[in-house]
Amino acid sequence: MPNQPLAVQMRGIVKRFGTLLANDHVDLDVQRGEVLALLGENGAGKTTLMNVLYGLYSRDAGDILLDGQPVHFHSAHEAIVHGLGMVHQHFMLVPTFTVAENLILGQPSPRHPLLERQRDVYRRIEALSARYGLQVEPGAQVSQLSVGQQQRVEILKALYRGAKTLILDEPTAVLTPQEVSDLLSILRNLAARGHTIIFISHKLKEVMACTDRITVMRDGRTVNTVETGKVTPAELARMMVGREVTFRIDKSLAQPRDPVLRVVDLWVDDDRELPALRGLSFEVRAGEILGVAGVEGNGQAELETALAGLRPVKRGLIQLCGQDMTAALPRARVEAGLAYVPSDRYGLALLRDFSVADNLALEAFDRLPYTRRGFLRQSAIDGQARALVSQYDIRTPSISTRAGQLSGGNAQKLVLARALDRQPRVLVVAQPTRGLDVGATEYVQRRLIEARDRGAAILLISTELDEILNLADRILVLYEGECMGVFDANRASPETLGMLMAGRKA
Amino acid sequence: MTHASTLITRPVMRLPAWLRAVLLPILGGVLALLAGALLIALAGVDPLAAYAALFRGAAGGPRQLTETTLLATPLLIIGLGLTVAFRSQVWNIGAEGQYTIGALCGGIVSLALPNVPLPLLVALMLIAGLIGGALWAGLAALLKVRSNINEIISTLMLNYVAYYFLLFMAREPLKDPSSYLPQSGKIVPLPALPNRLHIGVAIALILVPVVYVLLFKTPTGFRWRAVGSNPNVARYAGIRVSRQIVTAMLFSGALAGLAGIIQVAALTGRLKDGISGNFGFTGILVALLGRLHPAGVLVAAVFFAMLNNGAEAMSVSAKVPVAIATVIQALVVLFILAADALAQRLRAV
Repeated sequence: MPNQPLAVQMRGIVKRFGTLLANDHVDLDVQRGEVLALLGENGAGKTTLMNVLYGLYSRDAGDILLDGQPVHFHSAHEAIVHGLGMVHQHFMLVPTFTVAENLILGQPSPRHPLLERQRDVYRRIEALSARYGLQVEPGAQVSQLSVGQQQRVEILKALYRGAKTLILDEPTAVLTPQEVSDLLSILRNLAARGHTIIFISHKLKEVMACTDRITVMRDGRTVNTVETGKVTPAELARMMVGREVTFRIDKSLAQPRDPVLRVVDLWVDDDRELPALRGLSFEVRAGEILGVAGVEGNGQAELETALAGLRPVKRGLIQLCGQDMTAALPRARVEAGLAYVPSDRYGLALLRDFSVADNLALEAFDRLPYTRRGFLRQSAIDGQARALVSQYDIRTPSISTRAGQLSGGNAQKLVLARALDRQPRVLVVAQPTRGLDVGATEYVQRRLIEARDRGAAILLISTELDEILNLADRILVLYEGECMGVFDANRASPETLGMLMAGRKA
Repeated sequence: MTHASTLITRPVMRLPAWLRAVLLPILGGVLALLAGALLIALAGVDPLAAYAALFRGAAGGPRQLTETTLLATPLLIIGLGLTVAFRSQVWNIGAEGQYTIGALCGGIVSLALPNVPLPLLVALMLIAGLIGGALWAGLAALLKVRSNINEIISTLMLNYVAYYFLLFMAREPLKDPSSYLPQSGKIVPLPALPNRLHIGVAIALILVPVVYVLLFKTPTGFRWRAVGSNPNVARYAGIRVSRQIVTAMLFSGALAGLAGIIQVAALTGRLKDGISGNFGFTGILVALLGRLHPAGVLVAAVFFAMLNNGAEAMSVSAKVPVAIATVIQALVVLFILAADALAQRLRAV
């Protein structure tokens, strides 16, 4: 269709952050009414490119054309006016507002200075919901909605504001397998009705399932654009990573020994003081990986923080290597042999404005060899940091670089290096590969298997079912804070686990 | 991308971080002085003549340099204490009150122990000042840790309590019977040179490297900075966050109290209304302007002292209102904060 202008055309986009070249002369063509995947590892520059398109970042060079017209946005507001809509990885909704209130937020009201009449808003929302198969209750408060429903609200918000082109940034990261397939069919439906979809992802399976074309990015450049039907996952992976990738981690059979982490009838409250874990019990033996599968928000966050001593236990018992640690301080647990790699890397495990070296010493800075006779020994801290940086392949300009400047994968390697370097007897890892690219994921997973083979007991909490199936020796399914059952990994099917994760007993 | 702001600031952002940390405050200072020149011109005075008078008053001769040093001393001590507090994200706005209570405690020691040999008495007075300031700050720390009461509010309110408590003490229990003014008897003066430079100046200067080492070279400082950087991560790392909040608060209060007794013993001579001259509040600006680094705090304290002393000379010889100096001080901080915010935004975009 040479006569019809492209919905989005980006030419030679350059975006720098300091010395980092995040987008290096990137070209992108998106045809009207298609679902285009922007595929690439983390740090490949996908989100940066979309933020440039959406007016959140200013570009250093290049042109953007919408429907053939050159545009230059200084803010997201201008992008919205031109028919763009973006659903971010982290939702931009006011949790205490209703769905309808979130949709009209920032929109001009026809009855200015009063708000638009509620029933008019509701009617419009209901019409939109019906048209695109996006069921939501206009009067429901957003904080009461599930993650999947909130995402629908985000999509609806963009449509409500008249978006013709929708950008979705890693939309499936937070969804259950069932919600993912719902979302993918919604996207197809939108495209069928003339909307244009740009779908940012690093998951090959989803990209293969619902897109028309795929643009692959690597290291800030576009590698290739291909038609989805004419390419295999293996070819895509090679384009993304620049080399051959194995999808399965080879591991030997676990040789479990005595249980070293025991949890008995654990009750823990969430931040709203509602029970998040309801009588959870399990054991992890030395030399095995117990995977905790479940949809996000079913008690995983409370489980990891309670085990680490960062959240009080209401009732029950936590035993580490035979010692009762239910009420122990974090430091005492560390000394008893626990290491913890939290899901919230920057919120819990890293001081962004401290150096890489100081972060590597974070859990032992006040002990030998880092502190002697009351003074920090920077030479010892730096020496250890240099060793760990090379041993764990942490890519950083120097050990005095601030941790906040590392990419997600390297930040995670830092946390992992710190945890594994202690040779912990018990390792609690939560979402260890979230946001990591294929290469870093493979690396982290290998390290976990190595730690297991050295005899560590590993509790792996992950919402990625594939990751659990790949790594765990036994699998516990967590639903609404309760155990839905424990299975041997080689006897569990993804289908059964998926059912249990959704709360349905097989 | 041709925004004027980026044309100016992009070259600045390419500089190494430490140079930027030095250049931005200087840029802020220069811009503030330019804005001040505008105000002075509005007041009908030649700005150049006014600034010349200001500089002569601040550093024009040995007497002026001494005065500037004397004024910088309490600001420096308070600013160093607040550096520790602010680095730990403990927002102690109560240095003024801690200064007052420190002066009161030290003064009471001096008044109560007239027969103790001088070196011992001075040591006891300084210790009493430290403890008094620490306890006053400790009250706010306790409220924060125990009941989660915002320390900004509590320290601010405690300033008033301390102020009126001092007035009461100077009027009633400690009143000098031989005077009809509401003031205490004479406090033992600190050892000093003939030109009035006293040992408090030396103490303040020694505290600069001491606080630097404490903050950056000891595990205690590491804990404070870790809590200030992110309390949740600090907790994860096994640091007891509330303990650090308490110690940072106590430390900043102790130094404010020390400044109080040093100032009263060395210069004021008696406990009475007006012993502080807002040092506690100016100290906040000094700490922020010094970018929470001991060396920077030293520079900022001297800068503020020069500005204050110079302003008086300026008002006398060039007929510019003293208030202009206060306005310039505030402008300096505003410009530096603005330059900071700009730098942050450029990093983000």
